[in-house]
Amino acid sequence: MESTILLLSYLIGSITFIIGLKMLSHPETARKGNLVAAAGMTLAIFATIFLWENPHTHEHLHNYGWIFGGLIIGSVVGTLAAKKVQMTSMPEMVSLFNGMGGACAMLISLIEYRKPEAKSMGEMIVVVLGMLIGTVSFAGSMIAWGKLNGRIKDRAIPGAQMINFLLFGGMIVMAVMVIGGFSSNPYLFYGILALAAAYGILFVMPIGGADMPVVISLLNSFTGCAAAFGGFLYDNPVMLTGGILVGSAGTILTILMCKAMNRSLKNVLIGSFGGQKAGAVAGNKEQGAFKEISLNDTAVLMAYAQKVMIIPGYGLAVAQAQHACHELEKVLEEKGVEVSYGIHPVAGRMPGHMNVLLAEADVPYEKLLEMEDANDQMASENVVLILGANDVVNPAAKDDPASPIYGMPILEVEKAEHVIVNKRSMKPGYAGIENELFFRPKTSMLFGDAKKVLQDLVSELKQV
Amino acid sequence: MEQFTSIFTDPASYRLITIVILSIFLGIEVISRVPSVLHTPLMSGANAIHGVVVIGAIIVMGQASSDDYLALTLGFLAVVLGTLNVVGGFVVTDRMLEMFSKKKKK
Repeated sequence: MESTILLLSYLIGSITFIIGLKMLSHPETARKGNLVAAAGMTLAIFATIFLWENPHTHEHLHNYGWIFGGLIIGSVVGTLAAKKVQMTSMPEMVSLFNGMGGACAMLISLIEYRKPEAKSMGEMIVVVLGMLIGTVSFAGSMIAWGKLNGRIKDRAIPGAQMINFLLFGGMIVMAVMVIGGFSSNPYLFYGILALAAAYGILFVMPIGGADMPVVISLLNSFTGCAAAFGGFLYDNPVMLTGGILVGSAGTILTILMCKAMNRSLKNVLIGSFGGQKAGAVAGNKEQGAFKEISLNDTAVLMAYAQKVMIIPGYGLAVAQAQHACHELEKVLEEKGVEVSYGIHPVAGRMPGHMNVLLAEADVPYEKLLEMEDANDQMASENVVLILGANDVVNPAAKDDPASPIYGMPILEVEKAEHVIVNKRSMKPGYAGIENELFFRPKTSMLFGDAKKVLQDLVSELKQV
Repeated sequence: MEQFTSIFTDPASYRLITIVILSIFLGIEVISRVPSVLHTPLMSGANAIHGVVVIGAIIVMGQASSDDYLALTLGFLAVVLGTLNVVGGFVVTDRMLEMFSKKKKK
């Protein structure tokens, strides 16, 4: 009877995950979908605690003190961290939580491996692979987290491709030896763990900011797979469906993002998008002169425009300028100017990063245009204001085959009448590529921190 | 070798593999119709769902004998980290989506 209730709870859990993901893909139902999945998860967790029994010995779980202690600590810390985090640091938070999941899968495998009972080959496969993928995901997520919050700088490691390849090969060989029972030396197992950690670190280390969304999404699907291996190990359907769903959904999301940047997943994985290649290209280019525009002139230009498009980028997120941006939009609308936002799919550090950010500042949903729509309207715009975006408006993606971002679809801002670029300095963007847009005749530069500039612009506009 | 072939003759593994294959297609089906606006919350929601790995941690923890302190410590850590993933993931996702719904009412 108890096992029937347990299986029923797992079935309900699996169904809520599917329905939850489905609902998450529509704006109206998204929030409810998240709650549905959370409810299913809670049911599955408590059913496991009270009803699960060992298939061989028919013993129930014990150590309730430890289990509930862990659950309570995890819940309190998780809730606090998630509630306190700034909207702009969301991406690194997701990366951090993802790493926790990976570490959890790694620890499960570690404990299972230490158990004295003999394991079948099938069990050994899932233990080793669960540990391997969990560790890569954990180490990689930690590096992604450190890079996103600026603690770890981009670093091109000489011969990184070769090292990664060797590490990967080494892991496969050792995994085959452990699984196939060719060697029962436990150090071999711990060796895989060490190599997997090194691989996770080295594989995220050289990847530039432009690729970070892809990496997080990929690591997300890795953790999903690691969770699914746990499902195999315990013959547990809810872990299996949950893990695989995320694994396949994450992979699709990753591929969609790669497509948006016109790069293959292989290219991202090998991590050839390091700084040195981009630097070499930029070095050969002759730098032209750029012209600056004053706040006052910008205000006048915008006040007398009919249509203005704002293009946000990571700079907006860093400066926490989303509210100031909405403020500007309101002032302009009062003056009868039509304002819209052009959102590039990979602007920021995560897909939809800009949407979330602007939603926080109550920018109406309809004002956010996706790239194709924005480009269709571009020719009728009088002023385009670029706020801390760089690579997504770089014309080199269209006309410089030597550029590392060549072929990536961009927002074609040059079709508009005036282009105003707000940046803190002339330094190249996160991907380290020089942007020729800044030297084009239509472009004027408005230097300064996005938030400060927007606030000043609003007060200027009120006086116009 | 016998061990290896047993993986393919055991009906239980076929049941699991069936679940895996169906879930793969489900995941693809569900995701391919998402507007890009929702990509971040969706990624975050999926992130919370793979926290289901905490169930494995609970099973490991609940079976550890009470004098195996290494297993208890590692298991405890696994439960804490897994719970962080689940709870943190769902709360962060809810916070993101809260902003979408607030704006909808206007």
